[in-house]
Amino acid sequence: MRIGIDVGGTNTDAALLGDDNRVLAGTKSPTTADVTSGVAAAVAALLAAPGADGRPTDPAAVDAVMIGTTHFLNALIEGERLARVAAVRLGLPATEALPPMVDWPERLRAVVGGGTYLCHGGREFDGRMISPLDPAELRRVAADISARGLRSIAISSVFSPAAAEDEVRAAQILTAELGDVHVSLSHEIGRVGLLARENATIVNASLRDLAEHIVDAFGAALAGAGIGAPFFISQNDGTLMDVAHARRYPVATFASGPTNSMRGAAFLSGLTDCAVVDVGGTTADVGILIGGFPREAAGESEAAGVRTNFRIPDVLSLGIGGGSLVAADGEVGPRSVGYRLTEQALVFGGDTLTATDLAVAAGAAEIGDPGAVAGVDRAFAERALARIAERLAETVDRMRTSAAPLPVVAVGGGSVLIPGGLPGFPDVRRPAHFDVANAVGAAIAQVGGEVDRVFKVPEGKRDQVLDTARAEAIRRAEEAGARVGTVRIVDIEEVPLAYLPGGATRIRIKAVGDLDLDRLGSPTPVYDAKNGIPTHA
Amino acid sequence: MREIGIEELADIARGAGILGTGGGGDPYVGMLLAREAIRRHGPVTVVDIDEVPADATVVPISSMGAPTVLLEKLPSGREEINALRALEAVLGRRATHLVPIEIGGVNSMIPLAAAACTGLPIVDGDAMGRAFPEAQMVLPGLIGVRNSPMALADDKGNTIVVQAVDNVEAERIARAVCVERGCQISCADTVLRGDQLRDGLVPATLTLAENLGRVVRTARAEHRDPVAAARELLGGIHLSAGKVVDVERRTEGGFARGRARLEGEGAILELDFQNEHLLARRDGRVVATTPDLICVLDTETGEPVTTESLRYGLRVTVLAAPCDPRWLTPAGLTLTGPRYFGYDLDHHPLTD
Repeated sequence: MRIGIDVGGTNTDAALLGDDNRVLAGTKSPTTADVTSGVAAAVAALLAAPGADGRPTDPAAVDAVMIGTTHFLNALIEGERLARVAAVRLGLPATEALPPMVDWPERLRAVVGGGTYLCHGGREFDGRMISPLDPAELRRVAADISARGLRSIAISSVFSPAAAEDEVRAAQILTAELGDVHVSLSHEIGRVGLLARENATIVNASLRDLAEHIVDAFGAALAGAGIGAPFFISQNDGTLMDVAHARRYPVATFASGPTNSMRGAAFLSGLTDCAVVDVGGTTADVGILIGGFPREAAGESEAAGVRTNFRIPDVLSLGIGGGSLVAADGEVGPRSVGYRLTEQALVFGGDTLTATDLAVAAGAAEIGDPGAVAGVDRAFAERALARIAERLAETVDRMRTSAAPLPVVAVGGGSVLIPGGLPGFPDVRRPAHFDVANAVGAAIAQVGGEVDRVFKVPEGKRDQVLDTARAEAIRRAEEAGARVGTVRIVDIEEVPLAYLPGGATRIRIKAVGDLDLDRLGSPTPVYDAKNGIPTHA
Repeated sequence: MREIGIEELADIARGAGILGTGGGGDPYVGMLLAREAIRRHGPVTVVDIDEVPADATVVPISSMGAPTVLLEKLPSGREEINALRALEAVLGRRATHLVPIEIGGVNSMIPLAAAACTGLPIVDGDAMGRAFPEAQMVLPGLIGVRNSPMALADDKGNTIVVQAVDNVEAERIARAVCVERGCQISCADTVLRGDQLRDGLVPATLTLAENLGRVVRTARAEHRDPVAAARELLGGIHLSAGKVVDVERRTEGGFARGRARLEGEGAILELDFQNEHLLARRDGRVVATTPDLICVLDTETGEPVTTESLRYGLRVTVLAAPCDPRWLTPAGLTLTGPRYFGYDLDHHPLTD
């Protein structure tokens, strides 16, 4: 059996899946300020729920736990719990015009920026040196990092996705001088595009302390519930990383929330091509599934105003959720009571009129104490809910790409706000366990491997080069723990480096496969840091 | 005369992206370069063509290379100045003004950064009125202005001055130098006298780019159609809106060539590109060709979509807008018309 957990801003959801992938139970508990006691409560409630035989689940029968969390993204958005970072870039004399963090919002730069260092090193597009790495220069940098008391270092190097050795060597020199510091290397974090990759690396470095703390706390929460099985953290692309990897790459969790809910919706509904409306406590996220995977946003993505080049699902968010405040004219959101829903909503004995109260008043949901909303005019509630459906339908319509009929899968606890479906979309489904779809999405996560490098593609050799790259991506997915035979290529991208002769082409290939549960218990863990889940070449 | 400060840059970059007709590179890095230069040295003075004295020495400044490389190997920031100084040494006189050679894409921003660093005014105009893939595709070429001496500078401080027998030869030599130097160099070439600007430049294109960027931004903010706003400003026509269903790419002679297929409005629109979009066919029939501008915009946001970022599933709108009329003369079409790019067809006049 597996447990999937989604730690959202409002609720911590958990789902128990059998070995046949059937959903056996699902629970929701409020997210707590310390995050981990919410996880402990969710797991305890899940295990206590009567199983098929009417008895609670034995914690020892759990093979793996998968956790999706927005904790790290929220830390960046709030600008709290972040460590100061030394940003070291190798590339002089190139790149000097735009030093590290040049395009960061001032507020966040003030919180995260500990020192930026431009050093020699780095490569041309074809692997030639821009300038030789200078160990003496790096030792001087180390002395300054030490003097400033910085403990987390982000290292970026020009064209490191194609030639990583300078970053690796610089890390060796710096750690030899500084001893026990965190080092984040850009070639392990992002793709070609120096500023965006470096930004993600700096963000990652600023989250390393927090990642250790949170991962330890998750582990303690699970151990407290009697679960000794390994646990994994969801990544942006719907694949998993192990604990050692999560400590080192917390930034890879940033977009896992919408990814998990969409993949969970696909799984629960059995649909592979549809729109997904996930109504949570504070927001409704609308995305599109194509072939069972979320459609990805084009171009660069931003997290808290920092430009990164992660691939993230193309999601439109609307400030409508179960905890949304209701204005006198019946408009809901964008303000929300958030995770205090179960204290502040009328049906929970509070004194704030929320969207959840409207659903209960309109007879669309049975939540809390229906008597508490006796004073809410039913016609007012119905009008307000109709308006919510209208706004969500508009958003789905904006996301669709053709006039062809598009089924909509509604998930999330807040989807009780749309009991009558969406105008213009006759096929709206709310599958069983809709309220814990994101936890289910975490539980069915896959493992992946990716290749992203600049290849030389000689005339007439394109197929050969592509075959090599494909095989490498598949091998990386298998090394990462994918069941041999289930791995398939989900994305191929070739971008010839324009204006250049010689066939230099950037090739990106992503392969994913099902997690091989049989290998979880093997004596040599496949999820160690070294062989871990290489999301990047 | 007016000034361009940090506030204007985002609109100019967006507009320049649209005028790049799919090529010219994403102006984001260029915008940061201009922004940092202006932050350090102050705003840039912009003058109209009419304000430039007849004996002025006007130097176009540009970067040459692969947009992907520019995103990764950021400039040192000294390349443009080094190229300019190398050119001045050969000319035996100092530049009085700078100007973009190409308003489309990143080359709208590079001269702004150089103008901020040198304190020289920049002329509101450019030598293409869009982006083109090759250095000889400039209006000064039509009035007999040579692109040699052409000064090139790399990120390491090296410079080279090309004295070629003609403009195409200079382009070939510069391209080879560019590849050798890591696919990113800066160029100062095609020197114009003040009294040649009227014939050698498309006027007021910095202002056009800024206006274009602004109408897209304000339309979006006011929940109007940003693509329609861009189309109206350009006096262009709507070719199609839909979803990218296929992108096929190949590298030929150092260029990114390819074809994208777009499905929407009950038709298939095919776009051929060589860095920039060259040709649009609707259901097999040619509806727009180079040198007219074929612009691909994100349908939702109105943001420009470069050929490198074209990919399956993107929802885009394709517009065609008239090029500068001088490109439609026989000499202009020889340089930039469909036949130059190997198509056995004539320029297709834009019609609704």
